[in-house]
Amino acid sequence: MQNGNRRLDILILLGAAAFLLVPWYRIDRGFFGLSWVPDFPFSSNVAPGLLQIASHDRPWIAIALLLFLIGASARLMTNASSRGLLMAIAGGAGVLFLAAQGLAISFSGWAWTITETVFGPLSQGQPSMGAGAVTLSVVFVLFFAFGLAERGAMKGDAFITGSISLLIFLVTVFVFYPIGSMFAGSVQDFDGSFRPDGLIRNMQDPGIWSLGCITGDGRCGVAWRTLWLAVMTGLGSTIMGLAFALVATRTQFPFKKGLRLLTVLPIITPPFVIGLALTLLFGRSGVITEALSALFGIEPGRWLYGLTGIWIAQVLSFTPISFLVLIGVVEGVSPSLEEASQTLRAGRWKTFLKVSLPLMKPGLANAFLIGFIESMADFGNPLVLGGSHGVLSTEIFFAVVGSQNDPSRAAVLAMILLTFTLTAFMAQRFWLKGKNYATVTGKGDSGAHIALPRGLNWGVHGIVVPWMIFTVIVYGMIIFGGFVKTWGLDHSLTIEHYAKAFSISFADGAIAWTGVAWNSFWTTMEIALISAPLTAAVGLLTAYIIVRQKFAGQNAFEFALMMSFAIPGTVIGISYILAFNLPPLEMTGSALILIACFVFRNMPVGVRGGIAAMSQLDKSLDEASLTLRANSARTMRKVILPLLRPAITAALVYSFVRAITSISAVIFLVSAEYNMATSYIVGLVENGEYGVAIAYSSMLIFVMITIIAGFQMLVGERRLRRENRVAGTAPKTQSNSGTQGPSVQEKTA
Amino acid sequence: MTTFKPGSVVFEHVRKDFGSFTAIPDLSLTIEPGTLVTLLGPSGCGKTTTLRMLAGLEHPTSGRILIGGKDVTMLPAHSRDVSMVFQSYALFPHMSALENVAYGLESSGLKGKEAKEKAEEGLAQVGLAGMGHRLPAELSGGQQQRVAVARALVLEPQVLLLDEPLSNLDARLRRRVRTEIRELQQRLGFTAVYVTHDQDEALAVSDTIVVMKDGHIAQSGAPRDLYEAPASSFIADFMGEANVVPCSVVSVEGGMALVRVGDLEHKVPSSGARPGSAQLAIRPGAVGVSERNGSGLAGKVLTSAYLGDHVEYEVETAAGTLFVTDHTVTTPLPSQTEVSINLRPRGIALIAA
Repeated sequence: MQNGNRRLDILILLGAAAFLLVPWYRIDRGFFGLSWVPDFPFSSNVAPGLLQIASHDRPWIAIALLLFLIGASARLMTNASSRGLLMAIAGGAGVLFLAAQGLAISFSGWAWTITETVFGPLSQGQPSMGAGAVTLSVVFVLFFAFGLAERGAMKGDAFITGSISLLIFLVTVFVFYPIGSMFAGSVQDFDGSFRPDGLIRNMQDPGIWSLGCITGDGRCGVAWRTLWLAVMTGLGSTIMGLAFALVATRTQFPFKKGLRLLTVLPIITPPFVIGLALTLLFGRSGVITEALSALFGIEPGRWLYGLTGIWIAQVLSFTPISFLVLIGVVEGVSPSLEEASQTLRAGRWKTFLKVSLPLMKPGLANAFLIGFIESMADFGNPLVLGGSHGVLSTEIFFAVVGSQNDPSRAAVLAMILLTFTLTAFMAQRFWLKGKNYATVTGKGDSGAHIALPRGLNWGVHGIVVPWMIFTVIVYGMIIFGGFVKTWGLDHSLTIEHYAKAFSISFADGAIAWTGVAWNSFWTTMEIALISAPLTAAVGLLTAYIIVRQKFAGQNAFEFALMMSFAIPGTVIGISYILAFNLPPLEMTGSALILIACFVFRNMPVGVRGGIAAMSQLDKSLDEASLTLRANSARTMRKVILPLLRPAITAALVYSFVRAITSISAVIFLVSAEYNMATSYIVGLVENGEYGVAIAYSSMLIFVMITIIAGFQMLVGERRLRRENRVAGTAPKTQSNSGTQGPSVQEKTA
Repeated sequence: MTTFKPGSVVFEHVRKDFGSFTAIPDLSLTIEPGTLVTLLGPSGCGKTTTLRMLAGLEHPTSGRILIGGKDVTMLPAHSRDVSMVFQSYALFPHMSALENVAYGLESSGLKGKEAKEKAEEGLAQVGLAGMGHRLPAELSGGQQQRVAVARALVLEPQVLLLDEPLSNLDARLRRRVRTEIRELQQRLGFTAVYVTHDQDEALAVSDTIVVMKDGHIAQSGAPRDLYEAPASSFIADFMGEANVVPCSVVSVEGGMALVRVGDLEHKVPSSGARPGSAQLAIRPGAVGVSERNGSGLAGKVLTSAYLGDHVEYEVETAAGTLFVTDHTVTTPLPSQTEVSINLRPRGIALIAA
């Protein structure tokens, strides 16, 4: 129990510091600015917790102090079981109390009338939680976790209970609390007053629910349009992705390398850039439109601006993701099954339709779901191409920033959007239940995939080749567009857009970043570089816990995490501003809110990657490490992390890239001080400065390629030779685990 | 390496549930220090769960586990004085053999150089001196297995746990390695708990065999006791194949019982049986088969397979179908031959219950 005492001592010191050494409440100009130091500790704004109780008339903090002292008193006890119980109770109660007081007491006293009538009015309210309150929350969470560990939960492993508790705490604060606030926000004004009429009015708005396009009078509501678009995009990108996967794995296509390369491009492309390039091609003054008009006299139309244009842009944008999902699925169909089918006198077509395709079904459903959700969540393309035919995500944006300024409408639209994506997610989970054909078995599966039926072979080539050419043209436009004076009017080459965005001048021997883009560029880099490792760490830790540990409520935990993958960025954005604009947690306008947004938005992908990689590692490796006297933390550091290098690289790169390219959530959260590249570019597009916007976008793409290559060199390739061996040994151990009786199967199931 | 303080192991009314499934209902077991005890049983019998609870990889739902007299029921795996050899060896693929062996020593707080020295010693102990720089993938199956043993042994645990350590080796190597493990155990004198589903392996290495079935101990004892005096038809059949046939005990006298199978009479050790109906376990090698000559039990050969050093028959008799291995016959009897069955003096046991 010595170890237990040491960690408890640290916790008690930390808690004492939270009460004595740092301001209890939020510092307006930032805690890390240290502007509070001169006034500390006596001024009411910056006083620590203990003084807030004693001399600033905030007696409720004394309850937190009492709970903390109860938890700390466990240090004097020796019986592990009752000591653990005391810590767990004090910790749990502490967290709940801090949350409750934060929500119940705001700037000017009680936030709710019911508490005011029960407890009587307060002499004064409180600002948002600051360093002291936040630290104490974490201390309480850890009290709870260590208490459980001492009672033998998770085999007495404090590292695991601590990780699980902190993760649940963080996910609650940064995912569920904002979503909850959004639901509350739908019946509130920005100042927090109760106003349900907004909800009722918006719920009944024909602009949302009208079925006019079917009944024949006018347009359909935005909800139906968005749904229709998402279904079409899901279908389109799944079919394209499948065609690509088939070409890449089952044909003698000569440019397979190029195929893989092309698919990386859209991932590192900011989402609205495709839309932008499409306008350059097919817009009113686009190259192709003008050429057609000159050659055949076809009147330049506005057909691109609307669902059709958005659909094309989205299929272009999301096919690569669907391709990445499906290539694994197509490769996963065991060749021996196809060979078996052929020896059973089935031809190529029959084999493909009756064996291969049904085995890919779960993968196809997954690809469709991703396309569907990405389409729902897409913000950049509809913003550029939507014109007057907005979709839910853009409508949400305009409900907040436009002249409407109707938070209730934004919340209602966000709830509708969330309902769509979550329904799709649940439907897929439900449908896939028990349909997971693990066709990659542990046994060495030799044999070759059979060739595609001739007709299908032509078909997939017919889809893939034009798409590749189209993509090359689109990206050519992006590069070229940055060097043209005014698109559609004056096609003379110039570098003035780059100069405007990225000029540097030397004055007084120092570099002056005079370009307009530098400010947002450096902010973006800074925030992406901070959030990438955090995302990877949180994601992989979560994956480790999901794959390797068993605890009560684990399925709910996993489900909730995966569900957050289905929450569109716009919804996250709107929920963050509704949640973190008022006490108890105030973060809007800070870099912190952007980082939190990226970490919890991109984490599910890190989790998925981590789960996939971790399932490849035989569990007996961890167990061997544990029986060799290494605790979980050491096992993680020495055994699991080194073997997970590829997954770590992937998570780092992905979260980094997403932090740079994402727009939907970010556009709500940026501030004058912390503006991100994407939202800046959108601003340029809205002002019609296409040249600069495109120059900036090309620069971002270039920078991302450079940094990804750098990441690869840093983490990835060095141990690849050994990693391959891991992959080689994993099947052997997998096939063994089946013979060890129910205990092991129970664990791995 | 020679400073083992072998520890005893005690399970006191241990129960283990996985959700609604009860793997071990109520297990009590004592293992003497310095002995090698095998947990033997078919898959799903709870032997691996028992071992994993001892290692601290599973925690019992109720009951107590003591190692060397100390209650370890709630201790996590890394604080227990046991170490384990895994079925898959679980060698860390990104570490060399030496790093693998040194891993546990470093985890226990030994400094890098010291740990390396002890690890070298440990590798030498299993005959792998000078191979330390190799990665697991560069070692043969048998060498990997020895690295796994060395890695567990250098920690000088009170109890060494082995989870089907031979199942990934080919048959020939298996025999050699099991002899090596037994030698090592007797030379160094540590307590070992060995899980296997192979009764030959169990008979070859054990001081005591514990046969488990459905989470219960079906029988435990010295290898010879289990083979020669099985307590149930399950044990008789599991410890080397046996034909279990109904018989009647005619009389018991001086520790020997006269039993009757059909019209065949035979004397076997009584193992506490009383006159009445009982069961007889007849090893396949304890049956003599000859062309019908009037004496013995009448039967007919159903199948006959020639296997080089012996012939296998299935013989239909009034007491049921018997599986017979015959090491004496020079000309195999073809199927459908009418035969007479005799019982040899050894390899026949009366099942008490």
